[in-house]
Amino acid sequence: MRKTTRKMWAAAAGVTGIALVATACSGSDAGDDSSAPSDEKITLTISTFNEFGYDDLLDEYMQLNPNITIEHNKFATSNEARDQFSTALAAGSGLADVVAVEVDWMPEIKQYADQFNDLTSDSVTGRWNDWTTKQATTEDGVLLAYPTDIGPEAIAYRADLFAAAGLPSDRESVKALFEENGGDWDQFFKVGQDFVAASNGVPFFDGADAVGQGMLNQLDAPFENPDTGEIALDPQVQEIYNTLLENTNLSSHKAQWGEDWVNAFQNNGFAVMLAPSWMLGVIEGNAAGVTGWDIADTFPGGGGNWGGSFLTVPTQSEHPEEAKAFADWLTAPEQQLKAFATTGNFPSQVEAQASTELAGMTNEFFNNAPTGEIFKTRSEAISVIPFKGENYFAVRDALSQAINRVDVDQTDDAATSWATFEEAVKAIG
Amino acid sequence: MATQLAPTRGAAPSRQRPPRKIGFRQTLGRWDVKVSPYLYISPFFILFAIVGLFPLLYTGYVSVHEWSLLGGKGDYVGFENFSFVLGQPNFWTGLRNTLSIFLLSSVPQVIAALIIAAMLDANLRAKTFWRMGVLLPYVVAPVAVALVFSKMFADESGMINAVLGNLGIDPIGWHKDVLPSHIAIASMVNFRWTGYNALIFLAAMQAIPRDLYEAATLDGASRVRQFFAITIPMLRPTMIFVIITSTIGGLQIYDEPRMYDQLGQGGNSRQWMTITLYLYELGWRQRDLGRAAAVAWLLFLLIIIFAILNFAITRRISSADDMTRTAKKARKAIKARERSAR
Repeated sequence: MRKTTRKMWAAAAGVTGIALVATACSGSDAGDDSSAPSDEKITLTISTFNEFGYDDLLDEYMQLNPNITIEHNKFATSNEARDQFSTALAAGSGLADVVAVEVDWMPEIKQYADQFNDLTSDSVTGRWNDWTTKQATTEDGVLLAYPTDIGPEAIAYRADLFAAAGLPSDRESVKALFEENGGDWDQFFKVGQDFVAASNGVPFFDGADAVGQGMLNQLDAPFENPDTGEIALDPQVQEIYNTLLENTNLSSHKAQWGEDWVNAFQNNGFAVMLAPSWMLGVIEGNAAGVTGWDIADTFPGGGGNWGGSFLTVPTQSEHPEEAKAFADWLTAPEQQLKAFATTGNFPSQVEAQASTELAGMTNEFFNNAPTGEIFKTRSEAISVIPFKGENYFAVRDALSQAINRVDVDQTDDAATSWATFEEAVKAIG
Repeated sequence: MATQLAPTRGAAPSRQRPPRKIGFRQTLGRWDVKVSPYLYISPFFILFAIVGLFPLLYTGYVSVHEWSLLGGKGDYVGFENFSFVLGQPNFWTGLRNTLSIFLLSSVPQVIAALIIAAMLDANLRAKTFWRMGVLLPYVVAPVAVALVFSKMFADESGMINAVLGNLGIDPIGWHKDVLPSHIAIASMVNFRWTGYNALIFLAAMQAIPRDLYEAATLDGASRVRQFFAITIPMLRPTMIFVIITSTIGGLQIYDEPRMYDQLGQGGNSRQWMTITLYLYELGWRQRDLGRAAAVAWLLFLLIIIFAILNFAITRRISSADDMTRTAKKARKAIKARERSAR
């Protein structure tokens, strides 16, 4: 903001200082510059959230393009970034040149498609899995965002705790165990019951809501009607809700991201977590010093995708061409692989996914698990991408609270909490 | 001034003189006298009109419309937004929480600030050190305070429950139960603001003439007696100021409850969701600025009511000055009654 104003003042001073002719020239000059990257010194801003693993990449880009300075604005959480995003979009100013957005914000981006630059270009055709590109493409075929990563889900587990409970503990047998009886969610909960029966009080998973996330991500349209966008709960949502709350004895009753959850990693708080690829960094950070974490190449009920992000170039940007080139570069295969190596953000790029470099990647913390290979298989297993409309965020929040009232707070029973949830959903509409 | 002007106006010769042409300069001079003072103070009012009054009225305008955060203005709906908000149980939960947190923070805060100020007012060694010390918590960013406190108040792994456990007390559900969560949040507010208010009180205490205390000491009044008979009454205007500002701040509380857990929505059963959090949820999560604006106006009215209420209460704080005033009023009332009886 401040920068643009200062620039505007400078421009105004220039206009009054020099003659009219000169200003006309400078105006057309600026136009030429933006169409073909030149030596003009410019500053590009990029805003991201959580951890995109971009710090080194940004330095690299500045070295490759000495005329470009990049300013990086990192939001702590995607909620924070989304709030700023909505406000700046509504205000018509304040967005960075390249804005990282989460897949859950796509409905509003599509709704205000005219505020974003069309990113279609020859260099990016066929770059991504079709379903990711589809998420970022409007009905008229305009590509509004470059996918940066996806979140194929696997099961992360504590091999030592599994062994202590008399369950198989190596990667392959755990995979086989979860895939018995068709490998659906019933089997997941059955393994949980077996585990808890022999675990000496160690809960199976971290929290019911976290498991619910994995189950909800396998519904086509959990909360809204894809045609009308109106709120319409899939009856399966209530089934999932009931299943989760019937199995709260498996839960460690922690709310994900909460203080107690973070600390539970250090004292055998639970043995299993549904882990999208980006979660590995989170687990490693919280469980520093704890040994025994491993990853099984399986997921109940098939595959699932949790999260994934995109880069957009809003029309607010003063240097759309440079910003586009920059976003293009960031989402190219080599860069996505580097980001995966730093933070575990799994590439959305087909070429990167197929690369031998990815296939060879392992993760020391997770008992040297071949993470590249595992998440590649997991990404291929993704068959459903839920529809998320305008009200998805709000309904999802309300459902989390309903589950947590019973699972975490334990102040409510399943039936009353569901009734409260239904009231809350009515208030959203 | 008045005494000087009176004779000139009344003097006869001036009327007999031919009417003088009033020069432009003189008119300017008169304007200067009349208008300048207003001009001098105008920056405040202009600024207030821009950053205070305009948003207030504009919020009122938004509140009677359907208004989407991203889509902008929609149809005129009258008071529909207000009736929607008033019909939401969440609004009333928010109101309950706000008032409870407000009381739990403001009351102990003002009392503690008064006591701290009185102690700092005494003859201490290294006065400035202690005085700056109480301001230290105020310098810490509210977000940092909230982070530290939410670690301390964590239900299972928090320090406070660990200490309580050592004392043989059952862990308290700082996040799951209503009142404990309010106490935790109020403690953050108190941590930050007590020292700040203490310094304001201290400044006011320093302005109290010392001879009052000397006289009281000579009369044999104890320190406590002096505090209640001299300090408190003399602090009345400052107390009104502190109480009104802490009312406004307390009812608008946002940072602390927002940062109290990761989701920032005030708890799973809205145990500590304040009105401002509800406003934020309506406006920025559900994108309904119209309803959010209605909440903003309701909050505004609430603050006004509480400010007036507090003003009335603080005025009752005894002061000699006040007593003579009430005595005069009483006498006047008696006279008036006598007159009407006649």
